[in-house]
Amino acid sequence: MAATIVPAHAAFFGAKKEIGARASFSPSISAHRCRKHALNKVLAVMSPPQPSRAPSTTGSVKHGMTMTEKILAKSSDRSKLEPGENIWVNIDVLMTHDVCGPGTIGIFKKEFGKNAKVWDREKIVIIPDHYIFTSDERANRNVDIIRDFALEQNIKYFYDIKDLSNFKVNPDYKGVCHVALAQEGHCRPGEVLLGTDSHTCNAGAFGQFATGIGNTDAGFVMGTGKLLLKVPPTMRFVLDGEMPHYLLAKDLILQIIGEITVAGATYKSMEFVGSTVESLNMEERMTLCNMVVEAGGKNGVVPPDETTFKYLEGKTSLNYEPVYSDESAKFISEYRFDVSKLEPVVAKPHSPDNLALARECKDVKIDRVYIGSCTGGKTEDFMAAAKVFLASGKKVKVPTFLVPATQKVWMDLYSLPVPGSGGKTCSQIFEEAGCDTPASPSCGACLGGPRDTYARMNEPMVCVSTTNRNFPGRMGHKEGQIYLASPYTAAASALTGYVTDPREFL
Amino acid sequence: MATTLSSIQAPVSTICASSQRPHCPTGTQSLLFVSKPSNYTIFAKTSYSFKPSKIRPITAPRATPSSSPPTTFHGQCYVLGDNIDTDQIIPAEHLTLVPSKPDEYKKLGSFAFSGLPTSLYPIPFIQPGTDSTQYPIIIAGANFGCGSSREHAPVALGAAGVRAVVAESYARIFFRNSVATGEVYPIELEHEGVNKQCTTGDIVTVDLERNVFINHTKGKEFVLKPIGDAGPVIDAGGIFAYARKTGMISSVV
Repeated sequence: MAATIVPAHAAFFGAKKEIGARASFSPSISAHRCRKHALNKVLAVMSPPQPSRAPSTTGSVKHGMTMTEKILAKSSDRSKLEPGENIWVNIDVLMTHDVCGPGTIGIFKKEFGKNAKVWDREKIVIIPDHYIFTSDERANRNVDIIRDFALEQNIKYFYDIKDLSNFKVNPDYKGVCHVALAQEGHCRPGEVLLGTDSHTCNAGAFGQFATGIGNTDAGFVMGTGKLLLKVPPTMRFVLDGEMPHYLLAKDLILQIIGEITVAGATYKSMEFVGSTVESLNMEERMTLCNMVVEAGGKNGVVPPDETTFKYLEGKTSLNYEPVYSDESAKFISEYRFDVSKLEPVVAKPHSPDNLALARECKDVKIDRVYIGSCTGGKTEDFMAAAKVFLASGKKVKVPTFLVPATQKVWMDLYSLPVPGSGGKTCSQIFEEAGCDTPASPSCGACLGGPRDTYARMNEPMVCVSTTNRNFPGRMGHKEGQIYLASPYTAAASALTGYVTDPREFL
Repeated sequence: MATTLSSIQAPVSTICASSQRPHCPTGTQSLLFVSKPSNYTIFAKTSYSFKPSKIRPITAPRATPSSSPPTTFHGQCYVLGDNIDTDQIIPAEHLTLVPSKPDEYKKLGSFAFSGLPTSLYPIPFIQPGTDSTQYPIIIAGANFGCGSSREHAPVALGAAGVRAVVAESYARIFFRNSVATGEVYPIELEHEGVNKQCTTGDIVTVDLERNVFINHTKGKEFVLKPIGDAGPVIDAGGIFAYARKTGMISSVV
């Protein structure tokens, strides 16, 4: 059905009260056909509804929807919708950071006026995290820009940092945006969260629709609280079987990406279900959803359950309403995995889908190990690495960089006891193993950054990393070689100086 | 070259001419904009006038959203493979540049494709010492623009002087950002393997009216998929300009 731009209520775009004469506004995404699989066909923007899926007027046909479809339906005040439809979605939370915030703010002011006010000062979360601990003047200036805006607009959630020499003296500073969003209770089941960062899909772990957008779209949301989105079809990933003790969620998602390729989920939603997924804690579920974008995915979702609700206790005071896929929901494809049969894997240079068994790369000599980022720098990730160092009792053979994602993670490293260690903390175990001291929390060298970024790869070298991308130049140097891996595999590799299957130690 | 082409047309630019988005060519883009207007056949549907010394944003007739305004691009092409990610398009260290600031916008353009490995791409996209490209058209394989959501990617290309990317397929955020900003036309090819039949420096034409891509140097023609509704949005100069043009939001803020 043609996407009419304006919903029932007028004054939608602020100043303009009248509804534009041209009702057939359907911008952004044009017809986009994938040649490879007929199943993956995305409906054209302006095409009429396909007869076999026309919503019934009698209501006698049950229209089953997937989780993603339901969330988007709820947020666009629709009782039902189908993949391929362009709809105006009400946004619950908009996140931006220091790299994209200034550009977004520039667009907002240009398009809505320099005195314009954001649509809702409590629904925007501004989190400096990318280029923080650097002497790069523009990077520092960008944090000033978002601070000025936060003050001017009286933004409720701005996790500021002023003293770069000591992150601990900045009480508001959190660190990596996606982990901070979760820890601060901004991720809630059934909601729509958009962020100016591709790994915003991380929040899908909470059973919400979360995806990354650019500055222009974000500027639009800032002014209106809405965005035109196309409903993606859902691919279902059923993960069953008991999780082997040497595997982590990172291995699972690398396996999936390796099998469907970096474009396998383009424009699609990835739904993760099954007994294995149910057994994962929230941080592991986040790791799973975090890398959905590496398969081209639009968003990822995990059905919320007791694990989710327990995590949220005390973190948010807002009510939320979880949604779940209907029995009769239509999925565009289904993949089944027997997790008990999987092995630790890596993504070899230079693509996240360049899948290989860790044990088959044991002759690859490495120069360093990096444990950090939204993907692999959470508390559970460090706990996992600590377990391997503990089991080994030896020292690392290569420089091992540890960058906690947030202040809270950093504190956990220094306070939480590691199971089976007799009361030692992660930090103690890391120190005994000869790792670098845990650094100031931020995105760090995951994406290279300014030249003086801690652990940036400034010469060609081989690195095993718990991060999310390994395209050429990702961590700094164009000839750098990055092996993406789980924290277990990263720690094991640090101990041998070669890419190593963690079963050597666990 | 001009004689082999039936029509060349300067691209339609934004109604709300943005000072941030100079569609004006530099000296290196002489193939794209021939200096003598009399050499041009005026394109079929509408008539345009332009000054030979400098191409100025042209006010398009009020196109209805459903029609595809005719647009043709012509010049040298730069050829890439599959999975060109945003880190190769614009390395992360340059993301401190804020695209909405005009001087930083220009600087972003000077770093376009500086992340490409030189072993695979020995010809620089931007000549050292210059800040814009002589290749207004990119030919690429599958999944172009994968990786980050950074809008700096299509912005850097547009700022460098790219008018169209012609690829097998796109990553969604890059595609969406290209349309929202109006910086480049993300055109899709009907068939695979076209990039393997092209070489950087080939003279090409992208014809969005007939939906063909012509490689004059190689003497080959390829079918393009229609850009559809994204076209008018990019023609207008991006989502906000389009919204104002179609009366969705008021022009004066």
